[in-house]
Amino acid sequence: MRAVSPPGLVFAIVGGALLCVPFMTLAANRIVAGHGVMVWALGYWPALMGMIAALGAGLSPRPTLRLFAGALGLACITAQVSQGADLLLADAGDYARTSPAAGFWGLLAVFSLLIADALTQLHPRPLLRAGLLIVALAALAVVFWSGLLGDLSIAQEYVSRARQFWTALAQHLQLALGSLAVAVVIGFPLGVLCHRRGGLRRAMLPMLSFLQTIPSLAMFGIMIPLLAWVATTVPGAREIGIAGIGFAPAFVALVLYSLLPVVGNTVAGLDAVPPATSDAARGMGLSATQQLWQVELPLGLPVLLTGVRIVMVQNIGLAVIAGLIGGGGFGSFVFQGLNQTATDLILLGALPTVLLALVAAVLMDILVDLARPVSETAR
Amino acid sequence: MIEIDQLTKRFGETTAVDSVSMTVETGTITVIVGTSGSGKSTLMRMINRLEEPTSGQVRINGEATGTMTPHLLRRRIGYAIQGHGLFPHHTVARNIGAVPRLLGWPKAQIAERVDELLTLFSMAPDAFRDRYPGDLSGGQQQRVGVARALASRPDVMLMDEPFGALDPIIRHRAQEDLARIQRQLGSTIILVTHDMEEAIRLGDRVAVMDKGKLVQYARPSEIIANPASTFVREMLGDEDRPLRQLSLMHVSDLIEAGDADGVAIDADASLREALSACLWSGRDALPVAQGGRITLDAIRAQAEQPA
Repeated sequence: MRAVSPPGLVFAIVGGALLCVPFMTLAANRIVAGHGVMVWALGYWPALMGMIAALGAGLSPRPTLRLFAGALGLACITAQVSQGADLLLADAGDYARTSPAAGFWGLLAVFSLLIADALTQLHPRPLLRAGLLIVALAALAVVFWSGLLGDLSIAQEYVSRARQFWTALAQHLQLALGSLAVAVVIGFPLGVLCHRRGGLRRAMLPMLSFLQTIPSLAMFGIMIPLLAWVATTVPGAREIGIAGIGFAPAFVALVLYSLLPVVGNTVAGLDAVPPATSDAARGMGLSATQQLWQVELPLGLPVLLTGVRIVMVQNIGLAVIAGLIGGGGFGSFVFQGLNQTATDLILLGALPTVLLALVAAVLMDILVDLARPVSETAR
Repeated sequence: MIEIDQLTKRFGETTAVDSVSMTVETGTITVIVGTSGSGKSTLMRMINRLEEPTSGQVRINGEATGTMTPHLLRRRIGYAIQGHGLFPHHTVARNIGAVPRLLGWPKAQIAERVDELLTLFSMAPDAFRDRYPGDLSGGQQQRVGVARALASRPDVMLMDEPFGALDPIIRHRAQEDLARIQRQLGSTIILVTHDMEEAIRLGDRVAVMDKGKLVQYARPSEIIANPASTFVREMLGDEDRPLRQLSLMHVSDLIEAGDADGVAIDADASLREALSACLWSGRDALPVAQGGRITLDAIRAQAEQPA
């Protein structure tokens, strides 16, 4: 066993450097650029000591210790930012805003990577991973509801838009997961058909690949005249909410983007069934439907779920663009923030999006692992 | 009885099986042997309609298979293949019980049948029932594959190179197991192989295929004695022919009165084994356990080329 974990060494060097860049900024109001404040100028020594100790402990070759070091580091930067906000705002004006700066974000990344690296090495079983995810989310909720970070600028942006925030979350999930559900309903049978008929596969997959290459902004743009035309010509379309801008075009665009991963991975999953197993299933007298449900689907499920995972993470990110055409979701904060040059409003849209994508990725990875045939996981 | 009547299969320009006719008797092992591309697998796969014939007919006990629903026909026919094709996500018990379950047998009866088959293949039911194919050795997987094909007591069993993936020692044992179980159950088996030795050891009848045509269909002894063409002779391998011939005959055929020294040989052993024992121990005669003796000269006379 090595004396020092190589990634830990990289994290310690980078983390050390990040301690020497501004940890927070203080600005006179929400629009102007602020000036940076170093971490030692914030004068909260226990947290700074904790960060240094965490970076040091991250050098340990023992993954469990590195895991706790990462958690300690995250706790310390949170405490530091909370204390620092109090200190900075104490003798600043009423409109003053304080935000985490490069040092904080960098250390957040370093400690998160430390945890991720330790977890990769520990390789916990799927159910334990689910437990860890719940613990992490609970810790996040505690920080959120306790008001520890209530003085930060991003929290101020939240307070003035609390109701819109939760509506945006609901819309964002509807866009991302609703389009995924529709894509699965269309894409799964299409994938099964492509698996059985080579001709259809040769026609279908290049077409879906082509859809995937259309830049997202262009795709949303194309949807506007298309759905506007549908709204005016198809009777009843307008009544169910179809219009050139808003939710419908964003939703349709996301469904189109989702089709390739769903169809492609369905085909790949079904193709991955060993030829001898398929031949035996047919030779034993399973009907085509029985082959699909009893053999091909259970064996192809991990690959199929990997497709769903790709789509889920991709759509959570892409749904931000929907904000541009009035589709709602967190994208509306991002684009409002861009228009007002209010960085923290952008972050109010961007950070929850990143968090959603991360949670989705971890959850789907757990599902993919659970779907593997028993004989594979037993080894 | 399975009647194959002028069966032909064309894939585009190539004719994989060219108007083959043969009759397989109930309760026998028929081995179809040929090189790769000879059409032997295609011929077999047309029996359970994994391939649809271009022309011709297959009748099982007088009933034409062409009019049956393919997957219902296949449930009546056992099917075992090279590389076993077990379902990796199902336990051994569930794999073996697959066809009975398709046929709607009651659960208790399936469980009983699974245990019976595991015992038949010398695998302790308690130890193997709940394991997954991935945890078994190659030989065990192959036995489970054959057990699965036998599970519903099918009228006919088709086996495509069932021992092809096994190493030579396990392979020999698997062949003996199959022969024993076939005698015990009286099943009708059609087995495809590229290995003439396997064909001669297992087959009651051997069908030799070459370029889609059936070139000889006869008992193994007849094939060795009178190969119908140079192709069959090449398949037999000229230098091994006398030994193959000896492996088909038994010590009991040549027992004569008298004594001999040394370890006795069983009357059921093949002449090939007796020859081997003579050469190894440097004796000219062996005592037979059931009485009498067998001489090297007598064995040699049997191996001579027929005039």
